[in-house]
Amino acid sequence: MSNDRRLSAPGRLVAGDDLPTSAVATADLPDEPLAEFAVAHGLRPSAERPPIRNYLRQLWRRRSFILAFATARNISMYTEARLGQLWQVLTPLLNAGVYFLVFGLLLHVNRGVPNYLAFLVTGVFVFNFTQRAFISTSTVITNSLPLIRALQFPRAALPLAYVVIELQQMLLSMVVLAIIVVATGEPVTWYWLLAIPALLLQTVFNIGVGLFVARLGSQVNDFSQLLPFLLRTWLYVSGVLFNIATLSIKTHRWIVVVLQLNPAALFITLIRNALLETQRQSTPGSQPYDAQLCHVWATVGHSAHATKQSLLDSAYCHYYADPHHFWYYAIGWSAFALVLGFFFFWRAEAKYGRG
Amino acid sequence: MAEAEPMVVVDELHIVYRVYGAGGDRGTAATALLRILGRKTRGSIREVHAIRGVSFVAYRGDAVGVIGRNGSGKSTLLRAIAGLLPAEQGNVYTTGEASLLGVNAALLDDLTGERNVILGCLAMGMTKQEAKAKYQEIVDFSGVGEFIDLPMKTYSSGMGSRLRFAIAASKNHEVLLVDEALATGDAEFRVKSQARIEELRKEAGTVFLVAHNLEEIEQTCNRVIWLERGKIITQGEDVIGIIDRYIDASGGKPVERDPVTRGRIGPRVHARTVLARG
Repeated sequence: MSNDRRLSAPGRLVAGDDLPTSAVATADLPDEPLAEFAVAHGLRPSAERPPIRNYLRQLWRRRSFILAFATARNISMYTEARLGQLWQVLTPLLNAGVYFLVFGLLLHVNRGVPNYLAFLVTGVFVFNFTQRAFISTSTVITNSLPLIRALQFPRAALPLAYVVIELQQMLLSMVVLAIIVVATGEPVTWYWLLAIPALLLQTVFNIGVGLFVARLGSQVNDFSQLLPFLLRTWLYVSGVLFNIATLSIKTHRWIVVVLQLNPAALFITLIRNALLETQRQSTPGSQPYDAQLCHVWATVGHSAHATKQSLLDSAYCHYYADPHHFWYYAIGWSAFALVLGFFFFWRAEAKYGRG
Repeated sequence: MAEAEPMVVVDELHIVYRVYGAGGDRGTAATALLRILGRKTRGSIREVHAIRGVSFVAYRGDAVGVIGRNGSGKSTLLRAIAGLLPAEQGNVYTTGEASLLGVNAALLDDLTGERNVILGCLAMGMTKQEAKAKYQEIVDFSGVGEFIDLPMKTYSSGMGSRLRFAIAASKNHEVLLVDEALATGDAEFRVKSQARIEELRKEAGTVFLVAHNLEEIEQTCNRVIWLERGKIITQGEDVIGIIDRYIDASGGKPVERDPVTRGRIGPRVHARTVLARG
């Protein structure tokens, strides 16, 4: 046979780079360069990054997939547990229980804040939403590699779905939170409705950050090792455990302002102000400045036997960042994160299959 | 060929996989520190050059079989055509959506078959309405029956693969890429699924088929590409000739053929068993 020349002994093929390719291999190719030939016949590169507008349209068309995927993952998360879906509510409830045990029963701390328990639990739940979105999206590309290598769809659907998973959990946490807030003596008011736009803004922010982190995590594997430390730091500077406005940095006011205007602190403050009347009333700057009352709060406010009224006196102190402007800053952060994150993620769209 | 409509053009394609932590040093913290201090690049990244300069054109109506041994780059080539793997060099051009037949990766074993059917359909790009419309057809085809509302992990392996196939095969594709061993399950289902692939093949513009079962390729393909170590050894329309040479090269027993029809005579030999013997 004529192919004896090209092939080595039966059972073994010629090895190495000098692997022969027969004349037949290129025989039926067109004469012109293949790229021109393809374009002339209206073909397009298969792994091409679509323009932003098309990409957004594709993403919109996949909205039911994103939702179904998120719901499916959420359900499958607890199928092994005997209590099943009940854990979706039990997890935040137990979380709150730990804080009640430590801060409600064991320690009598108020840190200058009226209704400290509700203050703390709100902060923890809201921060948790962003934190979990961060952690889960940082590995979404690596974790979904089989899916990315099997089906064609806009990859942004994956980080989006992961944020939706966290949102679904957050909504359940909010129900638990509402119960705790009422149980600590806060009234139900129309202000509660403000939690909806605040949560919406936070979700948009999380999507933006999630897209950004998803690409970062897919390219820098070490990122997910660093993440817990970044998040821990963020937790401590975002006023989850204390009220930033009551920090006693008198010389560098701008530090307090910067801390207050960081996105996590903003979302926490907005939701606290929506749910907790004590927060709305005690925010520094919510009452006209009164040196005497402010002084009263500053001297007795941190002691364990401060009355609720003396804690509310912090309202008569100077504000750092103007609380009336918090909504604008939150909108700004969300828009900035979304645009930047989306653009950053989209730029690498064709590369996620590489792994 | 001048008036034939090209559907897939592959132009000098190179695909490289990068594998992290593939050995190299002992993988301890100390060696990692030394590496960083010595400003050495990470030694444990290994590059696997899976496709090395492949070019071909497939036209409308073609059924292209891709043959070659394990690790020769067949599946990688298909994924590159589907646009799922970025090229290191060169390019793949297609008319529209080239899709792999298979949704396994989108399904979750913890969920019921019912949910997985919908999830799989949505993952393949159907709308909610389309998915609901296809639902009954998929369930009937899979023959899973009343087990459809149980989690998929409780299915027997045959049942699971039947449902997966039924979901994957519910959508028509312009360029269809079929990777291996799809005709699974019992004899009855195998006949059914082969018939369904045949149907899809007819509706699709171009089909690529990767299979170790050479007989399947002989029966369904009008062209064949023989890959070895990421390069094309040979390709062409002489399907039977190329397959015979491939079997010869891998040390298998030559297929006895009828001198006139070139059809197979005697016991049917599959490449899998051939290679096992070689």
